Amino acid sequence: MSNTLSLSRRRFLTTTATAAGAAALGAALPASRAHAAGDLTVGFIYVGPKDDFGYNQAHAEGAAAVKAMSGVTVVEEENVPETVDVQNTMQSMINFDGASLLFPTSFGYFDPHILEMAVKYPDVRFEHAGGMWSADKHPMNVGSYFGYIGMGQFLNGITAGHATKTKKIGFVAAKPIPQVLLNINSFLLGARQVDPTITCQVIFTGEWSLAVKEAEATNALADQGCDVITCHVDGPKVVMETAAGRGAYICGYHANQSPLAPDMYLTGAEWNWAGVYTGMVQTVLDGGEIGNFVRGGLAEGFIKMSPLGPAVSDAARAQFEETKAKIMAGGYAVINGPMSDNKGNVIATAGQSFVETDVALESMDYLVDGVIGSTS
Amino acid sequence: MSELATTPTVPSRTSALQVLMPRAEAVVIPLVALLTGLIVFSLFLVAVGKSPADFYALVYKAGFSSSFSWQNTLSRVAPLLLAALCVALPARLGLVVIGGEGAIALGGLAAAVVGVWLAGAPSVIGFALMVVAAMLVGGAWIGAVGALRFRRGVNETIASLLMAYIAIALMNHWVEGMFRDPTSLNKPSTTPLPPALRVGEMPIGIDVHWGFAAGVLACIASWVLIERTTLGFAARIAGDNVRAAQVQGLPVGKLIIGFTALGGAFAGLAGFFEVAAVHGSANGSLVSGYGYTGILIAFLARHNPLAIIPVAILLGGFEASSGLIQRRMDLPDATVVVLEGIVFVAILLSETFYGRFRIFTAAYWAKP
Amino acid sequence: MSTSADIGLWGVPLAILGGAIRVSTPFLFVSLGECLTERSGRINLGLEGTLVFGAMAGYAIAFQTGSAWAGVLAAALAGTVFGLFHGWICKFRGVNDIAIGIAMMLLGSGLAFFFGKPYIQPVAPDLPAIPLGWWSDVTQVQAALQINVLFLIGAAFSVALWWVFKSTRVGLTIRVVGDSTDAARAMGLNPDLVRLLATAAGGALAGVGGAYLSLYYPGSWNEGVSSGQGLMAVALVIFARWNPVYCFWAALLFGGAGALGPALQSVGVSQGYYLFYAAPYVLTLGLLIATSSPNRALEGAPGELSITK
Repeated sequence: MSNTLSLSRRRFLTTTATAAGAAALGAALPASRAHAAGDLTVGFIYVGPKDDFGYNQAHAEGAAAVKAMSGVTVVEEENVPETVDVQNTMQSMINFDGASLLFPTSFGYFDPHILEMAVKYPDVRFEHAGGMWSADKHPMNVGSYFGYIGMGQFLNGITAGHATKTKKIGFVAAKPIPQVLLNINSFLLGARQVDPTITCQVIFTGEWSLAVKEAEATNALADQGCDVITCHVDGPKVVMETAAGRGAYICGYHANQSPLAPDMYLTGAEWNWAGVYTGMVQTVLDGGEIGNFVRGGLAEGFIKMSPLGPAVSDAARAQFEETKAKIMAGGYAVINGPMSDNKGNVIATAGQSFVETDVALESMDYLVDGVIGSTS
Repeated sequence: MSELATTPTVPSRTSALQVLMPRAEAVVIPLVALLTGLIVFSLFLVAVGKSPADFYALVYKAGFSSSFSWQNTLSRVAPLLLAALCVALPARLGLVVIGGEGAIALGGLAAAVVGVWLAGAPSVIGFALMVVAAMLVGGAWIGAVGALRFRRGVNETIASLLMAYIAIALMNHWVEGMFRDPTSLNKPSTTPLPPALRVGEMPIGIDVHWGFAAGVLACIASWVLIERTTLGFAARIAGDNVRAAQVQGLPVGKLIIGFTALGGAFAGLAGFFEVAAVHGSANGSLVSGYGYTGILIAFLARHNPLAIIPVAILLGGFEASSGLIQRRMDLPDATVVVLEGIVFVAILLSETFYGRFRIFTAAYWAKP
Repeated sequence: MSTSADIGLWGVPLAILGGAIRVSTPFLFVSLGECLTERSGRINLGLEGTLVFGAMAGYAIAFQTGSAWAGVLAAALAGTVFGLFHGWICKFRGVNDIAIGIAMMLLGSGLAFFFGKPYIQPVAPDLPAIPLGWWSDVTQVQAALQINVLFLIGAAFSVALWWVFKSTRVGLTIRVVGDSTDAARAMGLNPDLVRLLATAAGGALAGVGGAYLSLYYPGSWNEGVSSGQGLMAVALVIFARWNPVYCFWAALLFGGAGALGPALQSVGVSQGYYLFYAAPYVLTLGLLIATSSPNRALEGAPGELSITK
């Protein structure tokens, strides 16, 4: 994965078709259609409802920001399954609405659906959240972008480490996939910055959106004494409300859930797709090219933290801000050796670190020591 | 059923209407019901302040107006045809099976596993064994529902539903466990099928895979089985009255297990096409509600396998237009579900009108 | 103020108990409603749609009025309307009640999703719970015994319904209609009317079950709020043998089995969670198989019920 590059947001916005920019972007695509102002139609496709307080809402907020730009028409569709349906939706947006830039936002849309459509419509640009685009396998009119949101969960973990009295924190997760495992590990390692005896209990629900099971998982965590709880499911609303109802502090994910329980909300790891999407659309409007493999973190404005809640102590606040500043400076690593996973296998030897931009983190298949749970 | 009741030998003095009208009943009544459903839905749209004319224009545009529209419609139809057969075949024996979704999931998984195992084998053998595996697994799963019904008297509606939940859990368990391709990172899947074992598009100029042709053939074959063979005749007798069928010495148990298993095999075949033609591997996307839409289609087609084809295409068109309706009319995606629900109720309600109109009797048109 | 104790493996039985109470209420209400309808000789598979619409209507009205109880009432009314509609259609000759149920399931869910979009985001008031665990110092016990009023109402109602069937004239009327249409007509009863009312009452109960989902547990409205509770409740009625008190126990059992998966993971049994999550379905299927028999009609089954013929 040699073409990895995290663009600073400013750089990102100003990336035009300069040779330097194109080279820095690694494999950038040949200029797609040139767009006169006013004729760019951008399509957003969501796998669930776009007001789910979570994954889809985060993307829809990005779409809303794009909608406010002049010269751009936004078309949206929600609840689109990861089947031939999404292929048809993409084609429908292209054929009926003249969309030339598409953001099919669910991870499951990438392979095979986006890849097939990209071959069929070489003039259309497909941008996908989280996909592992690689130059030798995938079409050039496909781009993948993602944010280092694990860093946000790390910061969540720091506030959790200060808030927990039982030294047990909890995580409601959908499936044991790399993106989720990185978040779980980061959450625990953040808390262990405060107290290395803290453990994190994880419960997998097996589905991205299943209200009753998420509530039961949250209750099971609370029963085991977890007093700070976060999650990685598509719509965190149920987890947040249930956990707060059980008297646990909560750390948000995907979007700002603080309105659901302001007193119990410590902070949250949020996507900032508004900044990313307006940047990408502006690049296209200016006749520029979006990189095929774009990643960014706090510093680049891909993710942001919810404002700290009233339950966050001064000590926690100080450590939070200090760590955040270090992350913003770049090159921060959450996984630092020597470290082993929770089955005793070595995942990092002494002196070995995986910094946030390391693509190896995107294929994580372990839970670190201190996480109670199993990856299969 | 009315076709067999009317005598096929037509005396020379009967008029054409005398032959046609009794057969027309099964066409006219559902069409009027469909129309009624569309009118009721139009009133619903008016009530929420939207224009029915715009709505139907968009359905036509998105579903039926151009070659892309037809692709949009027909590409959705393949799994629906096969899933509907999983309901319609057992229905001929009076059984209501609603668990086709489970057979699709497990059939798809079986096809994916066998396909990966056979990578390198000649594609004819590979395809054949994948199809056999998918149909065997799907057939065994729904056939078990039939067996439970016959041997233990377990209600097939509930049993098939429970078994669908169990099948989906098993599929997820295996896809994320023993059959998981370790390189399928954020979307746990089985190992991708080799390109030689992928099903392609039919050579008709639009992207519709061979599953559509297979589905149409399966519907025609099922119709022949039910309407033109003694087996199908026996099944219909057993469906009307089990006691009477047993008195006549018909093998009711074998019929029940056979028809449920055949329905399940078709659902498994739908899973095969989803894996081999769409996804390229088995994963959670196999569970996307085709089994449930199949129930709707089978009932709308009154469990007539030939009628399943146009009904599935009509529903495919409705679903194809869902996106455009969201985008152009600012209506929620559930709008099409409301439409389907209303049409469904209207068609079921129309069952009560069969045999009530004299114009559909031969006697009405007989010369005095 | 007590603190939470490290209860370790005791968390599993406690979670099953707590889960049984938390999760069972929608099953209880829908199965009581279905029991009432089926006793009159009709089957309403559409209660899943009624449940979902009740969840939406209850949440929307609770949000608009600020009163959770107004939401419950609205859900019951909506359920009644769905029940009346089902009951009315099914009186026509040649109309299949199971098929109509499937159609109503689709229609109910579709309407709920259609009108429910604006209510996914807002937060509506919750139904109150009674802290029956005050006697314990252990917060987990206290939490498990936070019992919602609707659960208690449902429990009381199951006994009441049992008594109605057993000892009242109304119950007798319903049972006669359910066992034989001809006998009911001979007694001067109007079977269609009785079934219409029984289906309407069943719908009202299912609506209340939906309101519990959106207003208490999990306590919010979204399109995935029901994971088939309405359909499963129909299965529960069969192995509860159309006895309302058994419906109560069946709902508790099913709810408890549903809590097994998360509880086991929370104590470290984390492999194969999909299979643990399927436990309630396996359990129900096993019980159905064990208690069914091909040779005799199901004990307690209403004679006119299409599903057992």
